[in-house]
Parts: sequence; structure tokens; C-alpha cells
Amino acid sequence: MSDRLAVRKTYKLFIGGAFPRSESGRSYVVNDARGRFLANASRASRKDVRDAVGAARKAFGGWSSRTPYNRGQILYRIAEMLEGRRAQFTDELRAAGLAKNAATAEVDAAIDRWVWYAGWADKLGAVAGSANPVAGPFFNFSTPEPTGVVGIVAPDSPLLGLVSVVAPAIVSGNTAVVVASEPSPLPAITFAEVLATSDLPGGVVNLLTGRRAELAPWLASHMDVNAIDLAGAEEAQVKALEEAAADNLKRVLRPVPGDWSDEPGTERMTAFLETKTVWHPVGV
Amino acid sequence: MSTETLTSAPASGAELRAFLHGLPGVDQVGADERAARLATRSIKNDAKAQAIDMAITMVDLTTLEGADTPGKVRALCAKAARPDPSDPDVPRVAAVCVYPDMVEHAVGALKGTGIGVASVATAFPSGRAPLEAKLVDTRAAVAAGATEIDMVIDRGAFLAGDYLKVHEEIVATKQACGDAHLKVIFETGELVTYDNVRRASWLAMRAGADFIKTSTGKVSPAATLPVTMIMLEAVRDFRAATGRMVGVKPAGGIRTTKDAIRYLVLVNETAGPDWLSPKWFRLGASSLLNDLLMQRRKLATGVYSGPDYFTLD
Amino acid sequence: MNFEYAPAPESRDVVDIRPSYGLFVDGEFTDGHGEPFKSINPANEDVLAEIATADQADVDRAVKAARRAHDKVWGPMPGRERAKYLFRIARLVQERSRELAVLESIDNGKPIRESRDVDLPLVAAHFFYYAGWADKLGHAGLGPDPRPLGVAGQVIPWNFPLLMLAWKIAPALACGNTVVLKPAETTPLTALAFAEICRQADLPPGVVNIITGAGDTGRALVEHAGIDKVAFTGSTEVGKQIARSVAGTPKRLTLELGGKAANVIFDDAPLDQAVEGIVNGIFFNQGHVCCAGSRLLVQESVADELLERLKIRMRTLRVGDPLDKNTDVGAINSAAQLEKIRELAGAGEQEGATRWAPDCALPQRGFWFAPTVFTGVAQSHRIAREEIFGPVLSVLTFRTPAEAVEKANNTPYGLSAGVWTEKGSRILWMAERLRAGVVWANTFNKFDPASPFGGYKESGFGREGGRHGLEAYLNV
Repeated sequence: MSDRLAVRKTYKLFIGGAFPRSESGRSYVVNDARGRFLANASRASRKDVRDAVGAARKAFGGWSSRTPYNRGQILYRIAEMLEGRRAQFTDELRAAGLAKNAATAEVDAAIDRWVWYAGWADKLGAVAGSANPVAGPFFNFSTPEPTGVVGIVAPDSPLLGLVSVVAPAIVSGNTAVVVASEPSPLPAITFAEVLATSDLPGGVVNLLTGRRAELAPWLASHMDVNAIDLAGAEEAQVKALEEAAADNLKRVLRPVPGDWSDEPGTERMTAFLETKTVWHPVGV
Repeated sequence: MSTETLTSAPASGAELRAFLHGLPGVDQVGADERAARLATRSIKNDAKAQAIDMAITMVDLTTLEGADTPGKVRALCAKAARPDPSDPDVPRVAAVCVYPDMVEHAVGALKGTGIGVASVATAFPSGRAPLEAKLVDTRAAVAAGATEIDMVIDRGAFLAGDYLKVHEEIVATKQACGDAHLKVIFETGELVTYDNVRRASWLAMRAGADFIKTSTGKVSPAATLPVTMIMLEAVRDFRAATGRMVGVKPAGGIRTTKDAIRYLVLVNETAGPDWLSPKWFRLGASSLLNDLLMQRRKLATGVYSGPDYFTLD
Repeated sequence: MNFEYAPAPESRDVVDIRPSYGLFVDGEFTDGHGEPFKSINPANEDVLAEIATADQADVDRAVKAARRAHDKVWGPMPGRERAKYLFRIARLVQERSRELAVLESIDNGKPIRESRDVDLPLVAAHFFYYAGWADKLGHAGLGPDPRPLGVAGQVIPWNFPLLMLAWKIAPALACGNTVVLKPAETTPLTALAFAEICRQADLPPGVVNIITGAGDTGRALVEHAGIDKVAFTGSTEVGKQIARSVAGTPKRLTLELGGKAANVIFDDAPLDQAVEGIVNGIFFNQGHVCCAGSRLLVQESVADELLERLKIRMRTLRVGDPLDKNTDVGAINSAAQLEKIRELAGAGEQEGATRWAPDCALPQRGFWFAPTVFTGVAQSHRIAREEIFGPVLSVLTFRTPAEAVEKANNTPYGLSAGVWTEKGSRILWMAERLRAGVVWANTFNKFDPASPFGGYKESGFGREGGRHGLEAYLNV
């Protein structure tokens, strides 16, 4: 141990590319696995949800109209930035209770997951789209498009779980408002620093920390949120969240049992896609 | 577009081109679909009887063969004046249509009937002759007594983009017609696109055509419902813009009563009922007439007739 | 010269409507235990037949029959055999096509020209299309071993009764599911005729069950714990109720709901075809179309000319007897729907829009509404925001492409949109930006079984038609 006193980080929210404190001024204590104080995390409020949705909506037009190639590059850049901070994330995951090997494995898997999704950006359209052979003189094609603003209740797996729900939402051009793991929010905020330095436009991903049970209903009921991922929602709350989501017919991705280290399929991506079909006559 | 522009000579080829290319485009699929839907109209009973008689009065009974002779033309004229010798209530046709050298025989045969004599001219059907020859052709037909001249446009010039040449030929032919009505044939089977049909229609109307006509009957496809519809839209819009009515004549390939009635429906619902008159709408045909007569008799008698009961001329 | 078309009625002799109809459960027509109701002909208010109402116990019976059929027969059956049943059904629909078209027009009020030339051909095509998928599901790109969901509860609307039935039943059956379907209470007859077709096809009992009734029956079906999947086409309001009712259950859900589509006309559009597209967009099926082009957005520089042409065209629309082959616009489906249309049209006038309709004599009996256009409509008017579901067009103008997109997307709905311009790059630019599940460019209201259909936002979720339509009925 050196004599030097460490400079601690203030863990704040990540909204619209900036790191504000909660407008409510609230925070909550985050301890490590042994119960020792780690930090005071921001305890976001409904107004922070509102601001985050506003930022996500504002970012949607630009992000969704980037070329898929460009989005792929940015997702890969996130992997690069994450790779550069392997040690930091390993430490944070250990603080959250993971053993050293498990922490390293989770960080590596999280990095590789970004690489996997980065490659999807310019392939989704081909895999999920189609040219449809209609019975008439028309060219008819279907393309997948992002649904819009996706609310994400992130699971408790603090890094791999988080990236496994964020990456598939944004790779296709959606923007996201994410409620981070309540017990282990710190890796999420550190991850926001990665996002902030990855050429990802501000507002594409917005991260809130706080009480999940308090924030999720505001996200589920917000009329300018187009879809909601309930991956980390508390079981007792799922029904109420789905009911709230019905008010503007959000697309709902229900919690799916499984291990975040499993190979992801395409379902988390296609859950937040709309199929647009265009018709045009063929004539001279 | 001002009325004046539409009724005066184009200032230049460029102006004419800009005008024609500034017309709204025609979407082929949409136009085909509209025409096909109108073709599903079901015309029954009294409406059918009315339509059949209307169609008979609109027929330009036509013979345009290298083998035409004075005898053939006289026979055709007899048929035109009395389509069904057994039924004097059958109306007569609008006109007979022949080559210029046959006009005198037709005029003679039709004297006193009120039936017009139309003559194709201007190096019909290809139009590939010097303008001077075309005008001589036209003047000869008019001098022989033709009351209507069916000219062909220079499709080569049209497709080459020389709209001004096409315009000038129509103007010159119109002059050569004197009092005879001028029908301008586009040969839409060679213009191919509906955009071209629309442009040709406006070009001819600006140049003074009294009628616009689809085809010579020598090129396939000849008249079609959608092409005729495009032309009917053009005359409708031209009247709205200038106040002047121009007639329309589909020709070639119209063989059955069903075909003819579809054209009448097209007229009724596109240009409007004002065009439902031989003055403004003609059907260029030959075998159509007997089918109309056969259907007419079926309506009157309730039994199906046969070709042996109608004259072949 | 005046050219009046004589009446040209399609013969009613091809249909044989029974005085009363039961439910079709487990391959048999059975009594319902709810209070029966009457289906009427909206063109003259004649009672057509008395129809059974399924109560909770009847719904239960139908779901159990469907479950049995799924577990014992239809689920285990090889796809190629399921395919042959569906091909058979497609052929039977073709064979009885005229009868079904006439029946549809009588029960629904739509013109025979449309039921004959649009609805019925599409019904048969839909069964043909999904028949071909039944033994190829592993090739649909949805996973190597897709499995059926089980029993589907399906509730369909009255605007395209038999076509919506086909959209629901064909993919469900192709994927190995069995179904309990409830047609709308104003238009049950063709669904019941379809039950006979299932019998003619020797479809195993319980694979298709048709239960009739009003909202309560539908609610009992979608809330039934024994179903695995809910598919609904209808109003956004009911769609939201259904979404709430399946919350917290494992049921899968697809919804095809309302719309307020913008039909965008640029000044370089093929104007005559655009006019046809507008007419097709809003007066097709009396405007009882969720994807109807009910908001006309026309570029200001061409607005006067376009509206003049539109009015001329509207004067040729023939409103009247749905069975007359020359009718273009038929009867409004019900008194309730007519009332709703009148109310919204009244609101349009009150809010200051200008109302216009061609002179057309409407029949004395039955439910009728003349094709109507409102000009001078603002985004804030109710007739620009609410789905009227009738032959009423609201006209708004725009100046630039960006403004057109902004106005078109300024709605909670997102089912369809139209774009008319001769400029190719602008079509694609617009198509990219319009937030709608179907974009018709230089055409409108086109449907095909190979083409996915469904909405963005409050127009629902899930797609019907095409390869995409399989996803709603498979576990992948």
C-alpha cells in the first residue's frame, strides 16, 4: 500500500452523453460483496427517466439513419475501448463479488459480445429482410427498421448481462434508456465512460442507476417509449409492467431464463425491429 | 399552361419539348389497372341496347387493303348505309374509311346518306415519305371528296425527340385538309409508352387535330383500353384548359360488342358523356359491325343468332 | 349523350342462407349457450340469420377440442400432410368462390366487384401460399427446428371477414397450431361457410373451431388460460385491452390495429393514377380499411389541380346495391359504424374544415354514407387524427418533403402510407422515413400473401403474410 490517498470517482447517471447527478439529488449506498462501502450511486427519479427518454428520442433520428456499416464500426469501437479497460472492469466485477477468474471471463465475454453484435449491423437487413414475390407487376421488399426508443430493465449480471441487452437493442438503430442492476450499478456507470469515448452519439444509450421497482414503471408507462425489455424486471412486477406497456402498445420482451454466457441468438435484436414493406409498380 | 400557349404555335422545339415533358407522367401499372377495372362494368338490358346502337353510329367502317377495288368499296358503303337489310331501325355508321384513291368510289356510293368519307393519307401506314408527298396525298383525298383525313404522325421524328417536326407536319396537313376534319394517328404500338401517348396527344391537339386516333391497324398492338383511356384523359384536360373539344378514335383490334361497350364505358367515365357521340368518338373497325348486329338481334329476339344471317361485305 | 347503366345484380341464387347457425366446435355444428343474435344485411336491414352465441362453457369446449386436435393429430402430423389439407381448402375456396363472394357482400355490405375480384382471390391465394410453407418451416430462417405454439385464439373484424379469417387460419395451421376463431358479430356468415369447407376438406375435428358472439365471447376466448397465442385484428382500443389481459401470462400476442395513413402526393406525381390511388385508398371497401389512406397530404403547388381531378373522379363513383356488379361503394357495415362516421364528419364541419360530397342518391333503407372529402383540414382536427373507418378523406397540404414526412408521422398510428412521385430517389427517401409497416409507392391498398403486413407504434405488432408471418405462430 502506498501512502497516497486514492482519488475516488463520483458515480453519476449517463444521459444524453453527459454525466449528470440525479435531478432529485438522491443517492444510495453501494457496498461490495463483503458489505464494505464502495460508493454512493445516483438514485435516479422519474424525472431522470423522462430526461433520459427525451435524450434517447432526440438521438434516434441520427443514430437510426447512420449507415449500418458505421454503426458496426462504432460497436466495434466500444469493444476496443472496453478491451483497454479490462483490468478496471475486472476489479469492479471482483468488487461486486465475482472470483478473479470469473471476473476476467465475464469481461472477456462482454468484449467479445460487442464484437459479435458489431458484425451484425450490416447483416440484419439481409437476414431479416426479403424481396417478396407478389402476384402482380410490383416490386415488393421488406426491410427491418429499428422500433425507436427501447426501455431496458437490465439484469443483475452487472457487465455481461448489461451489454447483452444493450448491444442488440442499439445495433439496429434503436436508442435505449437502461435501468442498471440495482445491487451492482457501478460497472454500468464505468461502462458509460466507455460508451462516452467510443464515438457513440450522445443519447443513444442512457444509463440510470437507482431503485428498479421505482424506475421501471415510469419507463413502462412512458408514451414515447416504443419497446421495453424486461430482462431484469422483478418477477412480481412483470405483469404490472406489461399492463403499463399496453397503453401505447410497446413491444415487450419478457424475461427469458438462461445464462448470459450462452451464445446469443437473434431474438433480442429482432424483438426491437419493425418490418417495413414497400411496394412499387414495375412498368415502363 | 395558358390557353394562348396551348392554341398557338410553339416558340421553338425546346419550348415544345419542355411543355410535353412537363406533362404529368403516366404510371403504366396504375393506368392498366384502372382500364381493367372499368372493363368489369356490366352493361345489361336497356343499357346494352343503347350501347349497341351508339356503337354502330360511331363505327368508321374500314377497308385498308392493297387488294381494295372499287367493287369492294361500294359493297362496304352499302353495308355502312344499311348495316342490317332486314331491320331498317338499325342506325347507319359514322363513316367509311378508305385509301385516297378509293375516296371517289366511296363518295359516289354514299351520296345522300349523310355518311362521311374518311381517308387515310400522308403515306399511310408508315408515314415514311417527304412532307410534300404526304400533302399531295392529303389534297388528293380531299379533292376527291373526303370529309375526314386520317393522317399518321412521323413516329421516327417523335421517337428521335424532334417534336417540332411532328408538329409542323400536323399543321401543314391540317392546312391541306381545308374543311375536312383531321384525325391524327399516333400508331401507339410504336410509341410504346403511355408517357409518349400522352405527349403525342397534347402535341397533336396543340397542332390543331380535330381527332386523335390510336393506330393504323397495321401494327400490333393496335388500340387498347389503357391507351385509349390516356387519350381520353388528354382530351378531357385539353378542353378544361382551352375550351376546345377534340375527338378520340381507337382503331384496330376492336372486334366484339363486348370490346365496343368497354370503350363506351371508358368514354363515359373518363372524358365524360359529352364525348358519347359520333362527333367526338369513333371506333375504327370492320368485323365489329356484324358482331354488334348479331348482339342487337339477340337482345331483340331473345335467341342467339348466327353469322349466316348477316352480310359479309 | 346520357349513358345510364341498367341494374346488373349478381344472382343471390348461389347462396343458401340457413335461418339459424350454431357454433363449429370439434368438427360439428353445435348449439351455443349464450343469447343468440341476428346478422343483418346492412344494405337493407333485412335479417339474414340467427346466430348462436358462445358462452364461457362453449369457449372452453372449443379450446379443449383445439387442444386435443393439436396434441393428438395436427401437431404430430408431418408438415407435408398439413400442407395437403391447406391446398385442399384453397381449392374448395376457389370452387365456391362466387358463392362466398355473394355471401360476403350480403353480410358485410361491400360491393360484389370487390368481394369477387379482391377478397376471394386473396383468400384462396393465402391458403395456397401458407400451404406451401407447412413442410418447409425449417427453411424459413427462424431456426432449425421451429415448433408450433399450440392453440391460437383468434378474433377478427368485420371489414374483410373471410380474408381476415384466411390471414389468421392459414399461417396458424401451416405452422401446426390449431385454432379457435371468433368472427365479428356483424359478419359471421362466411366464417360459418368456411366451417363447411373444413368439413368438405375432411380436416380433422378440432383443428379449426369457429365460435360466434360479440365482445364477451371474444374476451372469454383471449382470456382463456388454455390458449397459447392470441391474434387479434380490430380497433386499437380493444387491442390495448387484450395486451393488458395477456400481461403476465405466457401467451404470445400479435395485434393488427387501427391506422390513419397519410397518402402523400408530390407535384411531380402521375396525377391521374394518383387520383385513382386516392380513391382506392379511401373509398375501397367504404373506407372500412385499417390501412386506408385517410389523410391526403398534397403538395401545395399541385393541390388545386389534384382536388379538381379528384372531385371529377368522385362524381363517377357509383354508390348503392352491393350486389350490383357496377357498384363502387357499398353499404356501411352497421348502424353503429354509420353513427361513428356521422359523428366524426360532424366534428370535421364544426372544427372548420370544408365538407364536399358528390351528388349521389342513397338508398332509403340500410346504412349509407356518401364518399366525402374534407379540405382545409389541420393536423389538430379530429378528422386528421382519429380513425374514421369510413369513406371520408381529410385533405392537408405540405410544402417540402421534410414537412410531408413530419406530418405523415405525426400520429400514434403507423400502419401504412402512400407516396406518389415520379422521382425514384425521392420515393426511397420518403419510404425510409415514413414510420409505417407498409409503404405503397405510386400505388395503394395492394395486398398479397407473400407480402408482410402490420404496423408500427399503436397500429399493433407482428406481421401477417410472407415468411415474416410465420414467426407469429412458431416457437423458434
